Amino acid sequence: MAHSQVLTKRESAASNLFDWFIYILFGIDALLCIYPFWYMLIYSISDPIKVSAGVYLLPRGFSLFNLQKVFELKGIGSAVLISALRTVVGTGLTVFACSFLGYLFTKREMPGRSFLYRMLIITMYVGGGLIPTYLIYKSYGLTNNFWVYVLPSMVSAYNVILIKTYIEQIPASLEESAMIDGAGYFRVYISIIFPLSLPIVATISVFAAVGQWNSWFDNHIYNAGTESLTTLQYLLYNFLNESERLAQILRDSGNISDAQAAASRQLTPKGVRMTITLIVTIPIFLVYPYMQKYFIKGIMIGAVKG
Amino acid sequence: MLMAIPLMLIVLLFNYMPLCGWIYAFFNYKPGVPLFRNEFVGLKYFKLFLTDPIDMMRVMKNTVVFALIGYALSPLPMVFAILLNEVRSTRYKKLVQTVTTIPNFVSWIIVFSLAFSLFSSDGLLNELLRKLGLTKEPTMVISDPNAVYWFQTVLSQWKGLGWSAVIYLAAITGIEQELYEAAAIDGANRFQSAIHITVPGLMPTFLVLFILSIGNFISVGFEQYFVFKNPATSVNLEVLDLYVYRIGMSNHDYSYGVAIGIMKSFISIVLILIANKIAKKVRGASII
Repeated sequence: MAHSQVLTKRESAASNLFDWFIYILFGIDALLCIYPFWYMLIYSISDPIKVSAGVYLLPRGFSLFNLQKVFELKGIGSAVLISALRTVVGTGLTVFACSFLGYLFTKREMPGRSFLYRMLIITMYVGGGLIPTYLIYKSYGLTNNFWVYVLPSMVSAYNVILIKTYIEQIPASLEESAMIDGAGYFRVYISIIFPLSLPIVATISVFAAVGQWNSWFDNHIYNAGTESLTTLQYLLYNFLNESERLAQILRDSGNISDAQAAASRQLTPKGVRMTITLIVTIPIFLVYPYMQKYFIKGIMIGAVKG
Repeated sequence: MLMAIPLMLIVLLFNYMPLCGWIYAFFNYKPGVPLFRNEFVGLKYFKLFLTDPIDMMRVMKNTVVFALIGYALSPLPMVFAILLNEVRSTRYKKLVQTVTTIPNFVSWIIVFSLAFSLFSSDGLLNELLRKLGLTKEPTMVISDPNAVYWFQTVLSQWKGLGWSAVIYLAAITGIEQELYEAAAIDGANRFQSAIHITVPGLMPTFLVLFILSIGNFISVGFEQYFVFKNPATSVNLEVLDLYVYRIGMSNHDYSYGVAIGIMKSFISIVLILIANKIAKKVRGASII
């Protein structure tokens, strides 16, 4: 009896210590994850003249100068527009295509159903690779073309599986009554299936939208030659590369022309970098609460299927 | 039903037609010249890569090193989830989960920009080191070829760990609560419960993810290394995909790039088939 009591005491001490340990561990991890974003925010809104004194935990002074100037940069308005456009169009197209196909694949009477379904699933494992894809898309005329942003990702096998699995759980009686009324598949899909599958549609919309907003490699490969098609991500990428080169030149030469010095006292490369990064990141933070609601659901359905 | 035709046509055009592009590997393709007007060279480019020991060995070494580091760290999300599950305060748990998942949803360009702002010569780290008088020369972890492996690993964990843990957290909620209650009655403490109930409960998930990842063995984080590569680091950073990009897109040596890509695809397909065999043995169901 006495022996076991000593043990439990030791155990509870260990348990307490362990509690402290994981609280601190996760505290540090959370700080590491959020601080770079916080630094970006406070650096962008600090007074540009005072930042050289160091920005660490709170903004130094307050100024919207960076934001103002960045929005005056050449090409940024168009980049915001293109990014927004590809997000809206790309998400709309993929949601429509994947949910409608997902619905059709639940229909046993669909001709060639299992062949087509397999054909779709294989795309998750086999692809042409970077260069063949580039050469073929180029032969379609999809270079320097907006549609290269949204068409290749329109039909996603993974999303079709998610939606198909979801629709299969909807009671068949609901759509049968509509079928008897003489409505076609498309009518039934629009008026019954789509509204009933909104939770899963919302899930894939959010993921598709974030994917579109974050995409930049297609811009680099296919549309780098057309400035009017530059996305916000790619604009930032170019700017990062350029400012690194610019900084290198300044470091190497050791002297800065007066005009540049005057400008740099206010608008520094780092200030611009941080501010564009802020603008690119804000939409993600805005949709994040919605996303969090949905992604666990998406993962669960995916896990069941996998 | 007819509406399925245009949609499947899109799959054909955008997913299957690129496979036809493999034919470029067998020609000495020059942009602008119609394919069949180019000289047919057979397997020349395949041989070229296999007999190019310097580049091939370097690129394969980098690819394998990154892949092995990835495998070595693959239990980390499970450990993360188990530990987070032991946090007693639900609000703290939720907060940690929210914050650690965010980096997964920003692009690698953003990650690069943030890393640049912290670690470049005018970055926060060097600013602090200078102020504290600890260093004279700035530490340049971003352009240090010797730091590539661990630095890129830290970055990919920073971005992906919290998100990868989500699936395990979901799986933990699926473990039957009665098991824990029975264990508690039998006198098991929380550590014993975690080791004897939670860990075995998560193993199936871990195994499935592990097997699925085998097919991607040689496709390690392209975008990440693409944005972080610079002349100094590319020695250790250039993985197979990046090499294909450099040969094909930067040097416009399309045929050579396609040939390397094809060899890569074949290795991937073999790996997937092996993984499928393993999956059938281990859990009695195939993954494809």
